[in-house]
Amino acid sequence: MLQRLHHYLHRHPTAAPGIVLALAVMVFGLLAGNRFLQPFNLSLVLQQVTIIGMLGVAQTLIILTAGIDLSVGAIMVLSSVVMGRLAVDFGWPPVISLILGLLVGVACGLANGVIVTRLRLPPFIVTLGTWNVFLALNLWYSRSQTIRAQDIEGAASLLQWTGRTIQVVGARFTVGSVLMVLLFGVVWYALTWTAWGKHVYATGDDRNAAELCGVRTDRVLVSVYTVAGLICAFAAWALIGRIGSVSPQAGLTANLDSITAVVIGGTSLFGGRGSVVGTLVGALIVGILRNGLALSGVELLWQEFAVGLLIIVAVALDQWIRRV
Amino acid sequence: MIRQRCALVGLAALMLTSCGGSETIVGLITKSHTNPFFVKMREGAEAAANELGLDLRTFAGRFDGDNDTQVQAIENLIAAGAVGILITANDATAIVPAVQRARDAGVLVIALDTPLDPPDAADATFATDNLRAGELIGRWAAASLGDAAGNARIAMLNLNPNHITVDVARDQGFLQGFGIDIADPQRVGDETDPRIVGHDVTQGAEEGGRRAMETLLQRNPTINVVFTVNEPSAAGAYEALRAAGRHRDVTLVSVDGGCAGVANVRDGVIGATAMQFPLDMAVQGVQAMAEYARTGAKPTLPRDQAFHDTGVVLVTDRPVDGISSITSEDGLTKCWG
Repeated sequence: MLQRLHHYLHRHPTAAPGIVLALAVMVFGLLAGNRFLQPFNLSLVLQQVTIIGMLGVAQTLIILTAGIDLSVGAIMVLSSVVMGRLAVDFGWPPVISLILGLLVGVACGLANGVIVTRLRLPPFIVTLGTWNVFLALNLWYSRSQTIRAQDIEGAASLLQWTGRTIQVVGARFTVGSVLMVLLFGVVWYALTWTAWGKHVYATGDDRNAAELCGVRTDRVLVSVYTVAGLICAFAAWALIGRIGSVSPQAGLTANLDSITAVVIGGTSLFGGRGSVVGTLVGALIVGILRNGLALSGVELLWQEFAVGLLIIVAVALDQWIRRV
Repeated sequence: MIRQRCALVGLAALMLTSCGGSETIVGLITKSHTNPFFVKMREGAEAAANELGLDLRTFAGRFDGDNDTQVQAIENLIAAGAVGILITANDATAIVPAVQRARDAGVLVIALDTPLDPPDAADATFATDNLRAGELIGRWAAASLGDAAGNARIAMLNLNPNHITVDVARDQGFLQGFGIDIADPQRVGDETDPRIVGHDVTQGAEEGGRRAMETLLQRNPTINVVFTVNEPSAAGAYEALRAAGRHRDVTLVSVDGGCAGVANVRDGVIGATAMQFPLDMAVQGVQAMAEYARTGAKPTLPRDQAFHDTGVVLVTDRPVDGISSITSEDGLTKCWG
C-alpha cells in the first residue's frame, strides 16, 4: 500500500502538495468554523497569495535550472517604483510607464542571467549581490517616497487595474489574481509542451548531459532569468493593484516567501524536477495556513512556527519521494 | 564611458573627504534607510551638522528590527573617534551594552524617537510622546463617534510581533484615550473589553495593513473603528475597507504626520492622525552634540519630564470640542515628507 503510494507520488510530483492542501482546507474547515469555508474567504486567500504566487512562477523557472533568485522581490519593487514615478511624478502616459516598468524587470533579469553565464558565478551569489544593487536603485529612484493611491487613481488608473474586483456569486476575485492563474497556465504550457521547456528541465537536471545533447545551456539560462525578470515586473503591476499605492518598502520578504512556495510545492532545489502547478499549490497552502490560523485566533508567531515546520516536512517528503 | 570615469573620480573624492580632515565626528544611526521618517531625520541632521561645522556620519539598520548592524555602527563610530552618537534603536534593550561601551569611551549618546530600555541608558532622549500621540487619536475617535462609542467594534493594527516600545505606547495610548481599561500598560492584547475585535500586525507597510484588515474583517465584518500604528498601514487598511465597501462608515486613525498621510486626511482616507516631528528630533540632537563638543556639557532635562518631548499635534478636518487640532491644510505645511 505504502509502496504503491510511493510510486504514485514519484510519478506525480504535484500530488503530495495537492493532498496537503486538501487536508489543510478540511482541518481549518473544522477548526475555524463556517467563516473559513465561505467562497468569499477562499477567494480572499487567492487574492492574498497573488504577489507571492507570481514571484513563485519566476522562482520556479530558476530553481528548475538548479539556480536560485534572491532578487525577485527587489526587481518587483524597482519595477513598481519606475511605473509609478513615470506615470504620476513625470506625467507620462500610463501605458508607456507600464511598458517601461516591465522593461526594467526584463533588464534586471537579463543582468542576472548574463552574470551567471558569462562570469560563471553561482546564482546564489549573483542574485545576493543584485538584490542589494536593485534595492539601492529602488531607494535612489523612489527617494524613499510612497506614491499615494489617490494620486495614482487620478493620473494612471491603468496601474491599479489589477486591483479591480470581479464578483462571482459569493466569491470575489481581483484582476490580479485572475492574471496570476493565467500566468501559471501559460508557463505550465511552455514548460510542458515546448522545446524550450524541455531544455529548461534538461539544463537543470544535468547541464553537461544537456550540453552534449546539443542544448545551448547558456542561452537557456539567460532566457530563463530574463523571463523571470519580466514575470517579477508583472508582479509589480499586481502589487500596485493590491496595495493601491507604490511603496519602495513593499515586498521586503518576498524573495524568501517565493522560495517557500516553490519548496512546499514539491520542486527540487537541485533542479530538473518539479512543476509550476506545484508552486501555485504551495503558495495556496501557505495562504490557507495563515488565514486559517488567524481566523482561529492563533497568534502570529505560531503562524510563523507552523510555516517553518511545513517547509521541513515538505522537503523531507520530497527526499522520500525521490528514493524509488 | 566618460560618465563612468567621472563617477569613479567622484567616488574617490567622496572617500577622501570622509577619511581626511580633523573635524568633529558625530554619528547618526537610524532604524533603516528605507523609511521616509528616517530619511527626513537624516536630512535634518545633515543640514544642522553642516551649519554647525560637524562631520556627520550616517548609518542605518538594514531593515526595521535589525540590531546587529546598529551595534556594528556604534563600534565603527567609537573606532573613528566620534564625540557623539544619535541613535534610533531597533531593539531598545539589546542595543544597551553597545551604547554602554560607547559611553565608557566618552561618547555622548542621545536616543532619538525610541527611548532605550532602561531610558537612562542614553545620556538624553529626544522623542515623541507616543503614549500621548495614541491618546489624542483615541480621544478624538471616541468624541467623534459620540454615543456610538459605547458599542464600537475596534480593530487594532499594530507594527510587529516584537511589541517594541513605540508600538506598545501608541496601542495602549489609543485604547486609554478611547476610554478602555488597558490592564497592564506594558502589554498589548491583555484587555478584556468586548469592543476590541482583535489585534493584528502590519509590519508598518501597505501590504501588511491590507492583509491585517482583511483578516480582522473576516473575524467581524461590522468593525467601525480602526487604529493603525502608522500611515502606510492605514493606507493599506483603507484599500481593504474599500474592497469590502466599508470605507465610508469606518473611523480610521493613525500616527505619523508624513505628507502622504496628511494628504490622506485631506482626502478623507484617514479621519485623524497624530503628527510627530522627526526634523526637530534630529536638529535638537545635533545641537546638543555641538554643545557637548564645545563645552563638554550634556543636555539637561526639562523639569518634571522623563525625556525631551519634541511634541505631537492632532491633524483632522473634523475637529471635536475639547481636543485642539490643526486642519490638513495647515498640516501639509508642517509634514515631514
